[in-house]
Amino acid sequence: MKLSELIPLIDATVLADSGEDKEIECGYTCDLLSWVMAHGAPGMAWVTVQTHLNVIAVAVLSEMACVILPENIEMEEESLNKARSEGMTVLKSPLTAYEICGRIYAQGIPAQA
Amino acid sequence: MEGLIHEEYYVNKGDYVTAGSASADMKRKLRQLGVSALILRRLAVASYEVELNLVIHSLGGKLIFDVDSEGVTLISEDRGPGIPDIEMAMKEGFSTANDEARSLGFGAGMGLPNMKRNADEFDIQSKVGVGTTITMRFLLK
Repeated sequence: MKLSELIPLIDATVLADSGEDKEIECGYTCDLLSWVMAHGAPGMAWVTVQTHLNVIAVAVLSEMACVILPENIEMEEESLNKARSEGMTVLKSPLTAYEICGRIYAQGIPAQA
Repeated sequence: MEGLIHEEYYVNKGDYVTAGSASADMKRKLRQLGVSALILRRLAVASYEVELNLVIHSLGGKLIFDVDSEGVTLISEDRGPGIPDIEMAMKEGFSTANDEARSLGFGAGMGLPNMKRNADEFDIQSKVGVGTTITMRFLLK
């Protein structure tokens, strides 16, 4: 699934655009960053309620495809600027983390690529 | 063996804003050297965890990367406070992180176990009142 297909699937708004239509290889949801570091993977769509700078660092180091904020949570401008400079896509969706993952999973995207 | 790259990064206590920048910078340099994606990922995870540990737990310290033709050595040295019980600290789920760290999603007690899991060799030495030195080795093949 491409990022451009994911966006309408979860009614998402793009908060930071990487300018690249990345492939979504797998999905994950967790708010403990150390936990995410242990399980993050390239091409991952990561759903989290955390919005601080370290979220972008974790996503970039794991080479994820995007960060998704559920329930229309806003991200600090500082974090969004870092996402833009690092080429990380950040989306927000009105859906809960549960429903976002459910919709992505139903499209055949696995927990691990 | 002639060293290919030697880099040192200073990491300050409580500096959550730039945490991860040393790991990201080193990862970029190693990618340019042609290090495989799998090794890069393992190194980045371990490096980020140890960088975060310096921010969360130490009074400040530095990360030293040495690259030779066979692997990468990553050393983290801090100025204290030291770990009283290393065996306990190595246990998954055990954490002494403060509320600030926890509110940011750290302090899951996964840091040291994540490092050990991702490194080919892992050593930790600590003395209370002096400091902690963690040495990790990542083989390139």
